Amino acid sequence: MALALPAPLRVNAASARPGRRWMVAWLLLAPSLVLLALFTYGPILRVLHESLYGSPLPGQAAPFLGLDNYARLLGDPAFRNAAWNTALYAFWTILPGMGLGLVLALALEATSRVSSVLRAVFFFPTLVPLVAAASIFVFLFLPGIGLLDRYLALIGIRGPNWLGDPDVALYAIIGLTVWKNAGYYMLFFLAGLQQVQQDLYDAATIDGAGVLARLRHVTLPALRPTMAFVFVIALVNVLVAVDHVFVLTKGGPSGTTDLILFFIYRQAHENHDLGFAAAATVVSVAVLLLISGLGIETLERGLRKEEGA
Amino acid sequence: MTRLTPRARLGLVLTGALAILWIVPFWWMAVAALRPAAVPVLEMGSLLPSWPPSLSSLADAWDSADFPVYYLNTTVMVLGILAVQLVTVTLAAYAFARLRFKGERVVFYAFLLQLLLVPPIFIVPNLITVVDLGLYDRLLGVMAPYFVSAFGTFLLRQTFRRIPVELEEAARLDGAGLLMLLRHVYLPLSIPALVAFSIVSVTSHWNEFLWPLMVVNSPDRQVLTVGLASFTQNAESASDWSVMAAGTLLVVLPLLVAFLAFQRRFVNSFVFSGLK
Repeated sequence: MALALPAPLRVNAASARPGRRWMVAWLLLAPSLVLLALFTYGPILRVLHESLYGSPLPGQAAPFLGLDNYARLLGDPAFRNAAWNTALYAFWTILPGMGLGLVLALALEATSRVSSVLRAVFFFPTLVPLVAAASIFVFLFLPGIGLLDRYLALIGIRGPNWLGDPDVALYAIIGLTVWKNAGYYMLFFLAGLQQVQQDLYDAATIDGAGVLARLRHVTLPALRPTMAFVFVIALVNVLVAVDHVFVLTKGGPSGTTDLILFFIYRQAHENHDLGFAAAATVVSVAVLLLISGLGIETLERGLRKEEGA
Repeated sequence: MTRLTPRARLGLVLTGALAILWIVPFWWMAVAALRPAAVPVLEMGSLLPSWPPSLSSLADAWDSADFPVYYLNTTVMVLGILAVQLVTVTLAAYAFARLRFKGERVVFYAFLLQLLLVPPIFIVPNLITVVDLGLYDRLLGVMAPYFVSAFGTFLLRQTFRRIPVELEEAARLDGAGLLMLLRHVYLPLSIPALVAFSIVSVTSHWNEFLWPLMVVNSPDRQVLTVGLASFTQNAESASDWSVMAAGTLLVVLPLLVAFLAFQRRFVNSFVFSGLK
């Protein structure tokens, strides 16, 4: 994994004089830190601050509201709806997406010409803009004449109105997302599988472990760090992926595909309710940090337990 | 190439069937894009290519939206982001890899935060910042939040660390300053990592949608994804499915060609990547 924690640095006698070295370091980091301040730390402070204010009236400063925006947010049916949709979307894209990625990685792990072609097939959707994928799926989901209904009709199934039925639309979008992301997660699992030590498999085989036992006792425990990593990627993906909602449903029908970021966008862009949008951002970032922290923690604790055992 | 066990063979057959399902949307897009524009809508769901293939839908798509401008803007955007990133990332990576300084741990974690809190999450405050900087409705405003990359910094830091310190010491004895050192020692020895980072950076920003949609207003500054979204909206209302598929193909085609040409590189760099 690319993101190991800092190992103890080696002292480097030849580089700048010790007294100057920290200055050089800060100078080198300065461009990045300025940009991070502008576009990562600044926004954190800005949304925290702004979430306490209302919309400015013409010619007046924005009124201070305290925590009113948050109270309003929690009581707002549209926000609760978007939060619930996002939770459903997260559940149904992360679990099947990661599961499918893992299965594909296990199936395509061996190097052969066929498996490398198949890997490419599953990976390509990852590269394509979500907007382009959504434009293709517009026609796939078209009721009656679309690709999906046309081929379902051959086996006698009459499809629902995929994007127009409130019970179905979110799952249509989830299907598109799983199609797009499974190959991405597959790659990380393929990389993770290469790290599993062959002698562990050999030892398990000598102990008489079958395929499933080896999977359970060797492969899956060894993949825990990869899983934690993929989980966090998938979680961030959930929060930022709204391009398909724009193209396919605009949040409809009856708000069933309204996701958090789309909600925030509407509050800011259409209703010009910046304080309210900021409060929604604060809540979703807090939840993102909490869940990714918990996810990593759980997986790492499991890992430590395995190692201790 | 290893001989496959029967079980592995079965796995390949099942995944092969799934792969066909996976490729159908692209297949449909290509088939539909190569159909003449006036095909009855009921025919459009067919997966059989019409023969001979017709370029008229592609021509229609090309004419009915400003694709040359979109291509140009997208190219300027992704290359502009990459160019600045390569500078900021190299400098920061050297500091993390080779210099020891007070507060290093804190700064390291401060960088880590950007991997989670990616710019699209902060669309609203970032938009205000861009307006304050006078960059609204300019490609530079779209590019600015991506000029720093924690991922690139960490990737390059790992690579720099694997370069023997003795090389740096030798270059220093020859009188090389820091910039010379980076240019003649560190960067040439980090080309695979730089290529991997460039691929990930270019593809992920090529796909950007919501942020350019918010920052840029003028039609002549639109990028491909935003152009495609408005284009398909028009095509959809006119039910010009083959033209819509052709427009989508125009957006996907450069990626498809690049992918087929550099497949292994793509796959490896994405394994490297993690968070974009």
